[in-house]
Amino acid sequence: MSITTTKADDRPRVDPEDQVMRVRGVTLRFGGLVGLSDVALDLHRGEVLAVIGPNGAGKTSLFNSLTGMYVPQEGSIVLRDRAGGEHSLKGRKPHLVNRLGVARTFQNIRLFGALTALENVKIAAETRQKAGPVSIMLGLPNARREDRESDRRALELLHFVGLDGLLNELAASLSYGQQRSLEIARALATDPQVLLLDEPAAGTNPTEKLDLEVLIRRINRELGISVLLIEHDMRLVMSVADRVTVLNFGKVIASGSPAEVQRNPEVVAAYLGAEMAAEMVAAAEAEAVDGSDGTVPAQRDGEEQR
Amino acid sequence: MTTTTTKEADVAPSGSALARLRRKRWYQQPMVGRLVGIVSAAVLLDVMSGPQGSREDVFFSLDKTLGSLRVVWWLIGAVVLWAILEFTKPLYNRYLAASVGPLERFHTPVTGPVRQLVAQTRETSANLRRIVWVRIGFSVVVIGLLILLPSLLSTFWNQVLVNEVAIYVLLAIGLNVVIGWAGLLDLGFIAFFAIGAYSTAYWTGAMPVDPPFKLNAFLVIPVAVATCLLAGLLLGAPTLRLRGDYLAIVTLGFHEIIYLIAKNADGFTNGPRGVQGISNFRVHIGPIDYKWELAPEPYWYLLIGIATVLIIAFLRLEHSRVGRAWTAIREDEVAASATGVPTVKFKLMAFAIGASTSGIAGVAYASKAGFISPESFLLLFSVLVVAYVIFGGMGSLWGVIIGTAFLAWLPQYMKDWVNPNDRFMYLGALLIIMMIYRPQGLIPSVRRKRELSMAKAGLGDADAMSEPAGGRMT
Repeated sequence: MSITTTKADDRPRVDPEDQVMRVRGVTLRFGGLVGLSDVALDLHRGEVLAVIGPNGAGKTSLFNSLTGMYVPQEGSIVLRDRAGGEHSLKGRKPHLVNRLGVARTFQNIRLFGALTALENVKIAAETRQKAGPVSIMLGLPNARREDRESDRRALELLHFVGLDGLLNELAASLSYGQQRSLEIARALATDPQVLLLDEPAAGTNPTEKLDLEVLIRRINRELGISVLLIEHDMRLVMSVADRVTVLNFGKVIASGSPAEVQRNPEVVAAYLGAEMAAEMVAAAEAEAVDGSDGTVPAQRDGEEQR
Repeated sequence: MTTTTTKEADVAPSGSALARLRRKRWYQQPMVGRLVGIVSAAVLLDVMSGPQGSREDVFFSLDKTLGSLRVVWWLIGAVVLWAILEFTKPLYNRYLAASVGPLERFHTPVTGPVRQLVAQTRETSANLRRIVWVRIGFSVVVIGLLILLPSLLSTFWNQVLVNEVAIYVLLAIGLNVVIGWAGLLDLGFIAFFAIGAYSTAYWTGAMPVDPPFKLNAFLVIPVAVATCLLAGLLLGAPTLRLRGDYLAIVTLGFHEIIYLIAKNADGFTNGPRGVQGISNFRVHIGPIDYKWELAPEPYWYLLIGIATVLIIAFLRLEHSRVGRAWTAIREDEVAASATGVPTVKFKLMAFAIGASTSGIAGVAYASKAGFISPESFLLLFSVLVVAYVIFGGMGSLWGVIIGTAFLAWLPQYMKDWVNPNDRFMYLGALLIIMMIYRPQGLIPSVRRKRELSMAKAGLGDADAMSEPAGGRMT
């Protein structure tokens, strides 16, 4: 895949019929504890879908179920490739899910700390290569060619996320924001159709947040990758996401455009508690008469602990 | 406002009080702890290596060891050793902080579009190529010296060179792939060595059971590699899904199984009596007819050749996608599999590669000795190889080779001036001191060294066993 530089504004047309990922009735139990209950979700090809919800709502459990780290007891998770073929992701091993085109980042960054930035991305790029141990040990030309290819690909991606000057830095010595970018580059190196970002803005400063916003848009528009985003930073969610799905206690309580979700009383209740929510909704309705938007304050219930 | 500040000042310890709290007493200093460790090891060694006890006088042994001047010498030796080590430790750390890997040395900040980046990498790789040439020149000199080595030594030392040093180095090179690179603890490595040795005995027709056709010892090498590969896959496929500590137990059990089969399958392996008359290596192509016989030197050259080929192959592996995948799995298996690395496949690969290397060593050993018995494949040897690899520096091929060569040579050398029965005790003491002062091994791997210098700067952790910095799922 080559990185085409199209104008940032021409968005890929999102076709609501073309769902790249379809999640139906996913229920995940840890013993008696219900992590997810009957979760349904549609990710359209080429959109940014944000999953929000208070802490413990099951957002990361959902991501883990989608990427094969957890196996939900019930429900179906289907990935549709570009040719229209359908693949069930439920119960598939994580590396096979990745191979089908679902890449993810982690809430708590999980890089290979003692390897350089370049090597981190190369590892991901190399998972698609074929040279076996024998041809590597013999130093056959195909092994060498593949090594050069993965070098080139990793350099491209490091440039794409803006880490050009840091190729040979150890991943663990990068700043927090740079580590986030590197993790995204690593996920992109596996050539995904769907990118799952788990709280990419946690622990970043305002400038880095703006950069991240631009980066997510570019991933979505320039690379044409559908993005599923968990985020607590409402400003980022509202500006980047095409649609928002709200989880609370493992259930989907609302779904729709950012503005719709913001006005949904159930969502406000989940975030602020029922009493305060009633006041908020009343205030919002009063404001709506004036023609302005009712907004949920950018409540940050999960400031990241490092 | 003022009251609160005074209150806070009262409660919070002031600067000097904090410093006092933070300061460690003299007996809390780590260097004192190390002194206590070394001194107690010295006292223990003194008692253990002294005269044996007697039934008439219960305290005879203690009297002769602790009650004589002997213990004073031991204590002086321990303190001197401690002082030397404490003195060199900061020097070594300073060297570590100053030294940089080849990548860092040629690193300059790069900015600009991808094309420039590629040019930059090309420049770096040109520099790297220069380093590679220096290394090749260095290796040629080393190999030349190794070829000359037997002519400088007596026959006894030549035998040691082949039977101990070369065989153990081969084993350690193989185990380094499993432990050092893939991070799997294999405590049954000698089982594959035994499989290689018994394959040689079988295919050269020395076993009570006749093979379908006899093979030259050289031709047994690929057969033994295939057998060990298969055995490694059979053992690994169900067990490599287990976490590290369970794997160690399973491999331990596997070693015991192979040992007991060798000992008890009387009709097949000749049981504890062992197998005799295994044929030596022989080349017979057209006019060339050369037979490896009793003299150790030809085996030495042969083993240098085998080791060189393996070292080149493994170095390539380390710096390839396979080596990187191993590192990724070692550092964070969850992240690796989420990145698309098939973790079980790569672990199995490391296991099988290690097993077949062990098999090659087994062929060389059986063919050189001409005689094998179950007692050649004790669990002790498995543990020794693990110790050698850790001593040399897990994951660093050169460290492992040099460390193993040293430790395989040392007991033979000590044979002349200490009680031969005590040799492994001294080896144990050496390993303990090594682990206190240099847990990363004799020559740590470049990655380990980077981690160490980062730890000095307050970044990350030098200990590869604990979690790396940068946050992890708890």
